[in-house]
Amino acid sequence: MSTATSTSVRPAPRLFTYGSMARDRKRALIWSYFFLVVFAIFFLTPPVYMLITSLKSSAEISAGVSPWIVASPTLSNFTGLLTDPVFIRFFWNSAIVSIIVVTVTMIVSVLAAFSLARMKFWGSATLATGVFLTYLIPDTLLFIPLFKMFAWIKDTTGIELINQWWVLIILYPTLTVPFCTWIMIGYFASIPKELDEAAIIDGASWIQTLFQIFIPVAIPGIIAATIFAFTVSWAQFLYPLAFTTSADQLVLPVGIITTLIKGDVFNWGQIMAGALLGAAPPLIIYAFLMDYYIAGLTAGATKG
Amino acid sequence: MAVVTLKKIVKYYDETLAVRGIDLEIADKEFLVLVGPSGCGKTTTLRMIAGLEDISDGEILIGETVVNDVPPKDRNIAMVFQNYALYPHMSVHQNMSFGLKLKRVARSEIDRRVQEAARILDIEPLLDRKPKQLSGGQRQRVAMGRAIVRDPAVFLFDEPLSNLDAKLRVQMRTEIKKIHQKVRTTTVYVTHDQVEAMTLADRVVVMNHGVIEQVDTPQQLYHNPRTKFVAGFIGSPAMNMIPASLLDSGSGLKLDLGAGVQLQVPAERTAQYRPHVGKARLLLGLRPEHLTDTASLSQAGGVAEGQTFSPIIDVSEPMGMETLVYFQLQGITVCGKASPDVEAPSGKPMQLTAKLQNMHLIDDESGLVL
Repeated sequence: MSTATSTSVRPAPRLFTYGSMARDRKRALIWSYFFLVVFAIFFLTPPVYMLITSLKSSAEISAGVSPWIVASPTLSNFTGLLTDPVFIRFFWNSAIVSIIVVTVTMIVSVLAAFSLARMKFWGSATLATGVFLTYLIPDTLLFIPLFKMFAWIKDTTGIELINQWWVLIILYPTLTVPFCTWIMIGYFASIPKELDEAAIIDGASWIQTLFQIFIPVAIPGIIAATIFAFTVSWAQFLYPLAFTTSADQLVLPVGIITTLIKGDVFNWGQIMAGALLGAAPPLIIYAFLMDYYIAGLTAGATKG
Repeated sequence: MAVVTLKKIVKYYDETLAVRGIDLEIADKEFLVLVGPSGCGKTTTLRMIAGLEDISDGEILIGETVVNDVPPKDRNIAMVFQNYALYPHMSVHQNMSFGLKLKRVARSEIDRRVQEAARILDIEPLLDRKPKQLSGGQRQRVAMGRAIVRDPAVFLFDEPLSNLDAKLRVQMRTEIKKIHQKVRTTTVYVTHDQVEAMTLADRVVVMNHGVIEQVDTPQQLYHNPRTKFVAGFIGSPAMNMIPASLLDSGSGLKLDLGAGVQLQVPAERTAQYRPHVGKARLLLGLRPEHLTDTASLSQAGGVAEGQTFSPIIDVSEPMGMETLVYFQLQGITVCGKASPDVEAPSGKPMQLTAKLQNMHLIDDESGLVL
């Protein structure tokens, strides 16, 4: 009897399976949306709060009304900052440091990655791993030994490295170069070996192969690494906090905190405006280069 | 235009011996194909000629020059890779002219050579395209164009058709042959596909385990293989190799294939094979087309005495032009080719004739064809 039943209803399970796949997908989508919305709210709340607060006057912030409503919006916090030479100085320091760090990082890491990925020399694999391991050491562990080193340099050579904005140009690459090299090794490794062999037969030197073949092909990876290096050097907080102190040497993240918090007086409106202005450059860069960034990172992740 | 000479070429990868002392002379304008199973050392040999691999021992000469320590760019060679290796960010024109630009050839000369190569390869309308806008066959043409514009002494092809689908492969094979007839340049071509080897080559080099098994014209290789490996590697379906013993029946020689099958060795082979009577581990090598149904043969009047037997057919595969029949002999699957008009039902006996005038007697111990 059971055989008869199962034969007679045979088409039914197939329909059910087909339907359940669609249903599975729908359920998965619902959960995806749910969690994405939760995360979006969670992560967008602080910037929105920043924006709202930055549009309020100090009086309104301390008035004790709902923090989410702006009764009389004002741009005074922004104009105040943008006309303040000290704030402009922070911005300028940050920009100079970031641009130079990004340039130095990309030159070092592209050259390093190319040689580690392609010019198979004795110990290249170990060196490549070594480069990545240095990235795993957090900057919170590094800054005290670095401070010691700078003190030693001062003692032996007389060169003062503490409280100089340009010293950040030496410090930041310790954070950016390892990871960028790693991204670029992964990207270069994904370029087929035959491409450099074809170039060798065509008569290209290593340098010509790098500049005329590898760099143009690896543009997405280079953009990803550049964005990473820029974000790290723009947002770095610990090193400038530890190594720079006087107002004209500060970069933006530290500058905002040290000049806009006076004793126990928090100038919330300006702090929020300053944070928003500081977040703008990376935001703009990400918006334009997001696709490249993802392509570059995934290539590094799977082929590295 | 150049002769390429390999003298006792050896290649070690760490401890592994990949190429074991190869001697080979490739004549000027010759199309030479290196063929063999994977890991036989054919690609390594090609890459050593290209200069992409160091030579562990021996000498390679291009023309009169020993090129062991000459960098690839100065060897006057051009190479076509299996995956095309086109520069993805450059147009077809730029891909083809890259090598010439590095050599600082004049722009007008570059343009002339690129146009000429594009005309030969029929890719003139594609010159401004990027590689990703091209089909597989077009990419392969561009890769060849890149080789042609350099006007090298030697063309090196590393399995250039393996990435193409079956139909395109046949088409491009003909193209390559045509191009070689137009551009008479010494060519070394590596493939694992024996059909490619047979159709393209002036001479074929069959390699196995890092040594050359045989160098010969395709016809010679097919009809007169010198080793068991060559006999089995060349030809599709492969040559049947049936354990046999050689008996002296007084009037002549007989091959005993077991299971009561005894075949008369043709008189013209008797003298050649007589020293091997009674030898152990002999194999009868017979191509499927030389094992055919008696019915259609007798119509053509080609049945010789004592060369027929009637095995029970396991499977028959009608191919249209012929029907392949398979049967068991001493636990070995044997393939024959029957006329498509003859019925070959599975499970029934079928009378087959072995054309032993085409047979090979193989010594399984030494691996040599006797």
